[in-house]
Amino acid sequence: MAEKLTLEMVTPYKKVLSQEVDEITVPGSLGELGLLPGHTPLLTTLKIGDLSYKQDGKLFHVAVNWGYLEVGDDKVTVLVDTAERADEIDLERAKAALGRAEESLKTLTQEDVKFTVMQSALQRAIIRIQIAGER
Amino acid sequence: MASLKDIKKRIGSVKNTQQITKAMKMVSAAKLRRAQEAAVSARPYAEKLEQVLINLSQREEADAHPLLVQRGKGRALILLITADRGLCGGFTANVSKAAERFIRDNEQGFEAIDLMITGRKGKEFLRSRVGENIVKVHENLGANLSYKTASLIGQEIVSSFEDETYDAVYLLYNAFESAISQIVTLEQLLPIKTETEQETEENTTDYIYEPDRLEVLSQILPKMVDVQIFRGLLESNASEHGARMAAMDSASRNAAEMIDKLTLKYNRARQAAITTELMEIISGSESVK
Repeated sequence: MAEKLTLEMVTPYKKVLSQEVDEITVPGSLGELGLLPGHTPLLTTLKIGDLSYKQDGKLFHVAVNWGYLEVGDDKVTVLVDTAERADEIDLERAKAALGRAEESLKTLTQEDVKFTVMQSALQRAIIRIQIAGER
Repeated sequence: MASLKDIKKRIGSVKNTQQITKAMKMVSAAKLRRAQEAAVSARPYAEKLEQVLINLSQREEADAHPLLVQRGKGRALILLITADRGLCGGFTANVSKAAERFIRDNEQGFEAIDLMITGRKGKEFLRSRVGENIVKVHENLGANLSYKTASLIGQEIVSSFEDETYDAVYLLYNAFESAISQIVTLEQLLPIKTETEQETEENTTDYIYEPDRLEVLSQILPKMVDVQIFRGLLESNASEHGARMAAMDSASRNAAEMIDKLTLKYNRARQAAITTELMEIISGSESVK
């Protein structure tokens, strides 16, 4: 199968990616999704996680924040708040953020408004560190 | 008639002003380039989001989500985007006057029209005119404009719409057309317009929704508001620098004109002074003979 998927990724600041890829794995809000050429039209929300795509046998990772994804006609459009490629991640900053999030989570209870905020900050940091490790 | 010294002083001060306006023009030009880039690179996201929304709305009932429901005309809110700093020509005045006009024109249509203003200058301009309509002012957004700022305002607006404080929300800003031209633009933020008039029949692919339609809608729709605000802020920012550049350019040119005139006056005065001096000398030497 020679067909490819067109992957387009945009954030409010810029267009991050626009490439032909073979395979995409995304962190859907109901669990991980694998997309191959010929996928049925789909609209899903994404959660914080690791979006990876395969291009010419090589695997690339992108850390994405909240967003959503549309599939149609072998065209995948990803709209996310932030997207960072593995080589763009500032590991030091991510580690510092992880430390901060862990610290404040210790003092907060689940009822606190800030709890969910810090929890997603924690998740983001973990994902960043994980992806940075895979470059 | 002004003395030579006075004119010289005057020329000096105009020159100083010209230097300042020139520098400001240069700074604005540099900032404009960056702001323009930011505005342009934010476009794909907004366009994609709109596309998705149009796709969605073709398959959805108009009242599938609270943010889509037209509630009739009750209280309205205008989000007015202006500048924090002055010296940018009619930039703030134009958009603020449009807001004022909107309020006057629609007094009968709505129960009340409130104003939410970003930017210090807009507040100062409108305080004396329609001060009682201003409910909130955000200042100093322009310096480090981030998506987060826009989404905070967005959340505020969405929640005030959801709890029925307002039944319609509009966005009023200077859209960026080119460095010398800005267009005052009014957009409806809420309820979100679903453009059903648009006929794109071929494009009726049925989506699979994850988790489900309502969930997807209720995540995307508030986003739409944020994005529109963000875009408005970016465009307005670019427009502001454009307007300031144009204003400073014409100020520099006016200064140059003034310097020319003053120089001419100075030279005339100088000549007159020399002539009188000569006359004095000549008449003095005549009397000695």
